[in-house]
Amino acid sequence: MEQLVKLGTRHYLAISFIAIFAFFYSKDSLVATSVLYTAIQFALPLALAAMVGVMCERTGVVNIGIEGTMLISAFTAFFAGAILKNTVQGMFIGVFTGAMMGLLLALMAVSWKMDQIIAGVILNILAAGITSFYYRQNYSIPSTLNPIDLPIVGAWPILGPILSFHGPITYFGILFILGLWFALYKTSWGLRSRAVGEHPSSADTAGVSVTKLRYVNVTIAGAVGGLAGSYLALEAVGIFERGFTAGKGFTALAIMIFGRWNPMGAFAAALFFGLTQAVTNQLMIDEVVKIPSQFITMLPYVLTILILAISAGKVRPPAAEGIPYEKEKS
Amino acid sequence: MKTLLEIHEVSKRFGSVIANDAISLAVNEGEILALLGENGAGKSTLVKAVFGLVKPDSGVIKINGSVMESGDTAAAISSGVGMVHQHFQLVPVMTVTENLILGDEPKKFGVVNVKKARAEALELSEKYGLHVDPDAIIEDLPVGMAQRVEILKALRRDVKLLILDEPTAVLTPQETDELLEVLRNLAKRGVGILFITHKLREVMAVADRIAVLRGGKLMGTTTPNESSESKLAQMMVGREVVLRVKKTQAKPKDVLLAVKNLHVNDDRKLEAVKNLSLEVHAGEILGLAGVEGNGQRELVEAICSMRPRLSGDVLVKGRSIPNMNPKAAHLAGISHIPEDREKHGLVTSYSIADNLVLNQYDQAPFARGWVRDLEKVSSNGEALVEKFDIRAPGSSLTAGSLSGGNKQKVVVARELSQQLDVVVAAQPTRGVDVGSIEFIHTQLIAARDAGAAVLLVSAELDEILSLADRIAVISNGKIVATFSAQEADRNTIGRLMAGLAS
Amino acid sequence: MDSKQERNLELSPVLVPLLSVVVALSCGAILVFIQGINPILAYKVLFTTAFCSLDGIAITLAKATPLILSGLAVAICLRAGLFNIGAQGQLISGALASAWAGYTFVGLPALVHIPLALIFGAFFGAIVALIAAVLKAYRGVHEVITTIMLNSIVIALADYLTSNPFKEPDQPLTRTPKIQASARMNELFGLPLGFFLAIGFSIALWWIMRNTTTGFGIETIGRNKNAGWYAGISVKKTIILSMLIGGAVAGVAGAVETLSIVGRFEPAFNAGLGFDGITVALLGRANPLGVIPAAILIGGMRASGSTVQFEAGVAPELVDLLLAMILFFVTAPLLSKFFKNRKENVAMTSGWSN
Repeated sequence: MEQLVKLGTRHYLAISFIAIFAFFYSKDSLVATSVLYTAIQFALPLALAAMVGVMCERTGVVNIGIEGTMLISAFTAFFAGAILKNTVQGMFIGVFTGAMMGLLLALMAVSWKMDQIIAGVILNILAAGITSFYYRQNYSIPSTLNPIDLPIVGAWPILGPILSFHGPITYFGILFILGLWFALYKTSWGLRSRAVGEHPSSADTAGVSVTKLRYVNVTIAGAVGGLAGSYLALEAVGIFERGFTAGKGFTALAIMIFGRWNPMGAFAAALFFGLTQAVTNQLMIDEVVKIPSQFITMLPYVLTILILAISAGKVRPPAAEGIPYEKEKS
Repeated sequence: MKTLLEIHEVSKRFGSVIANDAISLAVNEGEILALLGENGAGKSTLVKAVFGLVKPDSGVIKINGSVMESGDTAAAISSGVGMVHQHFQLVPVMTVTENLILGDEPKKFGVVNVKKARAEALELSEKYGLHVDPDAIIEDLPVGMAQRVEILKALRRDVKLLILDEPTAVLTPQETDELLEVLRNLAKRGVGILFITHKLREVMAVADRIAVLRGGKLMGTTTPNESSESKLAQMMVGREVVLRVKKTQAKPKDVLLAVKNLHVNDDRKLEAVKNLSLEVHAGEILGLAGVEGNGQRELVEAICSMRPRLSGDVLVKGRSIPNMNPKAAHLAGISHIPEDREKHGLVTSYSIADNLVLNQYDQAPFARGWVRDLEKVSSNGEALVEKFDIRAPGSSLTAGSLSGGNKQKVVVARELSQQLDVVVAAQPTRGVDVGSIEFIHTQLIAARDAGAAVLLVSAELDEILSLADRIAVISNGKIVATFSAQEADRNTIGRLMAGLAS
Repeated sequence: MDSKQERNLELSPVLVPLLSVVVALSCGAILVFIQGINPILAYKVLFTTAFCSLDGIAITLAKATPLILSGLAVAICLRAGLFNIGAQGQLISGALASAWAGYTFVGLPALVHIPLALIFGAFFGAIVALIAAVLKAYRGVHEVITTIMLNSIVIALADYLTSNPFKEPDQPLTRTPKIQASARMNELFGLPLGFFLAIGFSIALWWIMRNTTTGFGIETIGRNKNAGWYAGISVKKTIILSMLIGGAVAGVAGAVETLSIVGRFEPAFNAGLGFDGITVALLGRANPLGVIPAAILIGGMRASGSTVQFEAGVAPELVDLLLAMILFFVTAPLLSKFFKNRKENVAMTSGWSN
């Protein structure tokens, strides 16, 4: 069991990608391409949501409210876009909403030192309450965010159609994930943030403001959650429904854990998830396997539990996460 | 001679406790000032105020002549104050280099210059003669080495005033001597040193001046020449202190506790107890001396069945204790005073009475089968509070509101009021005021005289020398020597604790 | 401790939730007012419908019944330091199981049939909780994620079962056949039978927590699991036991709802009961008795939801919003800051590690 996990998600992902690709490619290259393309689409919001978790937890704050953040951001992004008749502006509103949710979490967790799980649950219930109360029918956005045809990459033989023609949030998201990885491990911000999440008093006694760093990171993370929500409403589908996010915020937490709180690891895990979903969908369409739709619906949730069951026992979360920092007690 | 630090009428209270009461002190360039006082006297609070970790309620702190804003650690650091903390302020999963640069990283556009950082670390290490491996991960380092990193971290920022909070608590006598030498050298270079301790020996050995705190107040300042260990003890406690407890000769009988070839892992799955065997007889106190981190915690937890035994046996009265079953260990006759009272010994949000039956809540008379007898719990609580002199208005008070010493008394009361066969006392007087220390020592002797086999595990060599009838030294998970109290010699034990042959 | 402090300690467990409700209602009033609706009218309708007529009270108590039980489910787990967000899924599986027992067994007297169906409900609710419990106890997987995932899994599974093997034949809707008359839970003295059952559970659990060794064990692990281990209490067993109790009680909640109100299992049935259970538990300070007034309050608000829409023009989702705000004010230490006493450890969850 240990070996299985040690091998690293990246390796499994690469293997899976290639295997699946080979399988479909031999049958029909168009289908293979579309499966992998769809995999990225499914993976993106999960990856971004997982980044929210990584940013918060690395700095020591547990964020169960990613689901609620995404939900309410999708809501505001959609309705703002519809009312303002401008999808891009809607996206910015969504990101802002996410930042506000992050700020609220920071307030509850850092200043009020509430139990962080409860704080996250509150975010979720608040989001559900607000979005269901203010939901109205018959609104629509002018159009989804336009896909971008990548200049050079788009022309590549096999990878081209897979990597190109995604929306702006997708590309920004991927760049953000890479950037986050770099920032976390190579910059002084990253060093300080990780110190705050592992052993906050060490950072405090070295002159780093634990409170400030937590506030900043959690708020920015919230904005990223807002981006994920905006993606769902404005780039992936262009609609909003109550209960829209359907548990993605929680799956993101599993992805974060599976990825060992490392942005690249989480990204790989998200891609794996997205791939699973895309492949299953394709198999359904092809009627290769006849499974009742309810079991397809269940799949991501079961997968989440399985992933956690395999990896959770062996992982080491940031040591100080979930514990409010109290200066005078150190 | 320049005055580096001036503390003027600083006061701080926490709730109803006055930690510092209008204290005024000064530390000069190149001088070592020892801040002496027993546990809870306010020493830590005072220096934390200097370093900006605690905001005083009133008073002025001046560093190099300029007034410090309270609660600003960054400002204290840039004014040249460095602090070596009692509990190391190091990030366990990061490397030595990362810990050293934290907060002041060599960087370009935000990106850390790792090469420069490493070079700096090596340079620092050379300069002060404190050798460390820049790439080592803190949690893999032995305590003495980790402390060096802690000290280097403080020295790195061009320090003029170095504060050390109980630095020798985790060191062997030899390491302590080395540290004191380092301090003397620093003082010679002009660094001012403020050094907190409760160990009289060290104070007499290294201090230029001594300030004694008691109950939050400054009792007075003196120098080693003008004073003595017993005079200092008296200033610390306010009355004559018995530095050694009175006891009669031990009359040991049968072996009640036997440990055979025990192997135990620590939390990181590394072997902590390596094929250890020992025996404790009824009517004797076996003192296990050793610097923390040499397997004592794992040993105690394994004996009390709280930690898995990889192999080997633990026998009480000849019968083997099942693995990973604290209840069985307790029923077999082991009374355990745990090392960490807040973690294992008490539920601080429970009443004192509930804590007093914590590990017997389901036994008669406190429960009849499934149903608890709350009245009996309460009356037992009242009785024990009185008998063990626990300073509380009643046993229904929440245990969390007690002082450290009284909390420990609750644990001791619970463990020593039950059937006494084997008593395992781990660091029983850590963080406890002198009055309570004396009390607990008396109780342990009484338990011994009542026929119990007492295993006393302590990092305080003086405590061991005072109480134990036989002494065993543990180092690196093994017993390296055993002798009787008469044969015991401080120096030899110190060397053994450090892992050096005697 | 002086007498003033002692008094505060006794009052504030009641005062803080009470004040939270008042503050939340005020905030809600502002939001309603912004929409152009008279908040006083809205609240008047809300409360009079629920509490000021015999019919209203009967409906309120009927709505409160599953809330008391799901609130208990969450509360008992909270006492053990576990966050059981899965009451929803446990409730649904209990509902389905009891419906199956209700329509499958024919010819049983009510005195046998009803308890049997309830036991089915409790059993299957407990099984769902057991999955999360085992993962937590033996793999250290945090119960928040597993229970939330299980909720969705159970909903999907129930949907499948109700569309296929358990489907009522000869009709297009996704639902089970009706339960037998012998399985129906009716009224006692004009009030729903289930209500008395719920009160009974509440009192029983309160007594168990306070007076038995089991209760002490759960409480201790919840407050300090290390000390609990030192005291000889098995952390793993306690986690499993408390989740089993929680799951069983939530299962009974679903069962009661099925046997009293719905009469069969329909997947769309009562979407929010499990989540309201969380609010009930926190409003009642995780106290088995405290959940009763909390459940009645929330039950009343839910009971009058449609009437409020009809008579005051406010969407029934107002109740969702109000509940979210109540939850916020109850748990955020804004109000308890006015009472400077020791905070009560409602939940000891922190992070993913054990």
